[in-house]
Amino acid sequence: MRLKREERHMLAGKEGPAVQKAMEIIVALGRIYGAADLVAVESVQVAGVSYKNLGDAGLQFLREWAEQGARVRVPTLLNPAGVDLENWRALGLPEEFALRQKDVIDAYAQMGITTTCSCTPYLIGNVPRMGDHLAWSESSAVAFANSVLGARTNREGGPSALAAAICGRTARYGLHVPEDRRATHVVRVDCAVRMEVDFGVLGYMVGKRVGSGVPYFRAGGSAWNGETVLAALHLRSLAAAMAASGAVGLFHVQGMTPESELDGIIRPDAEEVVIASLREGYERLSAPLKRIDFVSIGCPHASLEELSEIARYLTGRRVRAKLWITTARETRKRAEAAGWVQRIENAGGYVVSDTCLVVAPMETLGVKTMATNSAKAAFYAPSHSGLQVRLGTMAECLEAAVQGQWTSRRRGA
Amino acid sequence: MIRLRGRVIKEGKAYGNALVSPEPIGFLGGVDPETGIIVEPGHPLNGQSVAGKVLVFPTGKGSTVGSYVLYRLAFKGLAPAALVNASSEAIVAVGAIISNIPMVDQVDIMQIQTGDEVTVDGEWVMVQRVARNGRR
Repeated sequence: MRLKREERHMLAGKEGPAVQKAMEIIVALGRIYGAADLVAVESVQVAGVSYKNLGDAGLQFLREWAEQGARVRVPTLLNPAGVDLENWRALGLPEEFALRQKDVIDAYAQMGITTTCSCTPYLIGNVPRMGDHLAWSESSAVAFANSVLGARTNREGGPSALAAAICGRTARYGLHVPEDRRATHVVRVDCAVRMEVDFGVLGYMVGKRVGSGVPYFRAGGSAWNGETVLAALHLRSLAAAMAASGAVGLFHVQGMTPESELDGIIRPDAEEVVIASLREGYERLSAPLKRIDFVSIGCPHASLEELSEIARYLTGRRVRAKLWITTARETRKRAEAAGWVQRIENAGGYVVSDTCLVVAPMETLGVKTMATNSAKAAFYAPSHSGLQVRLGTMAECLEAAVQGQWTSRRRGA
Repeated sequence: MIRLRGRVIKEGKAYGNALVSPEPIGFLGGVDPETGIIVEPGHPLNGQSVAGKVLVFPTGKGSTVGSYVLYRLAFKGLAPAALVNASSEAIVAVGAIISNIPMVDQVDIMQIQTGDEVTVDGEWVMVQRVARNGRR
């Protein structure tokens, strides 16, 4: 692997032990995956923020690196933490956990990281440009940035993303290389895919089939049933679910995503995948629950438009189940200025920042059954938090929150 | 003694008895960070401790949080003395670097048996077979 003089100096420890360790990580990964050289990154998003996943050892590791002098050189944001850093007490999250979580955030702050904790950096001002090289970790953000925005990032682990931030560069392999951005699978969808939640279920099914491959979705035919206008929201749900059930970091949608029309974007040996029905996906992700204790919207973090829609739905109503809308703190502030947070809170719901149900210690909240519109949340909640899940549209979930039980008779949900 | 040559992932020198796994190892959920014991159901090394061993396995698998499990083991003095892979991947490699565990890959791991006395030194892996009666 070719290293520039400055990079060799970093590796030799001339910029101190913290930079040396970071460069060792980058060079080792470059060697393992056959990188020709390193590439400068525009921004970094670091996972490994929740104390639930880090534990005391992870906290110790971050503190040690920060003490050694680790400082980031490029704009760097964080993935969701385990608690809402301002409002954890009102949400009933345990104090000991919240204090350790704050220690984690402090260690990151010491490294010069912007301590915004969100899985949707692209919704709060960090919008990568086409062709930008990044080192992002959160799986749905990686898939969205690569596929919808045309940026280039591998699915980084926490330490490797942090190493890239400390060195300002990463090894050029995998999704940084055009060759590896070609589709390995061509997906034909032979059933109706209408609502956002359907795209999540489709993503769950395709992710299971393609693993770490690059799927290419063919449009036309009955693909999106001809009537669905694909919004970014749909692609986001598709991305999040594929990145959770599989290890998809990039996908293409014919005529929609920026690289889908490039010459040779489909590998000659690409395998065909046919999705004839979403039923199996719904059956795996959703149980026919009646009673609902907890409703979760905002996985990935809710957009401003979603908060507006939720506020409108809940105005003048009152929820019986615990309702969490998870979103980025910046988005919450904007929704607050528009009066939407107040309307959701008047109905008894919570607009929760900095965290999400995948990384918060949900098992401490005493809820057993959950309704959500997120296939990704439905995929993780049973194993991570011991929750039973019913999957449906946002309106169905909000209605379940108001009634304290599932009332929709729509088939499929 | 057999001398095997690999590729350095984390530079260092270490010595220990080999613990050889024919199957990949996933550290998150696969190894108990409090005890160093392999707990993955159905894994061929289930119930064995990785502490102080030269852990030999084809490659890593599972969640990226596994890197922190290695760090946690090292923090408690329960980490393997060294890691030897046929083909390394990101999770274990990053774990080795942040935990200062010597690691080599591209090693012909079929040459190593559980119980062998193994020294890892940079890119070299020196293997001393120990007879059943304890003689070399």
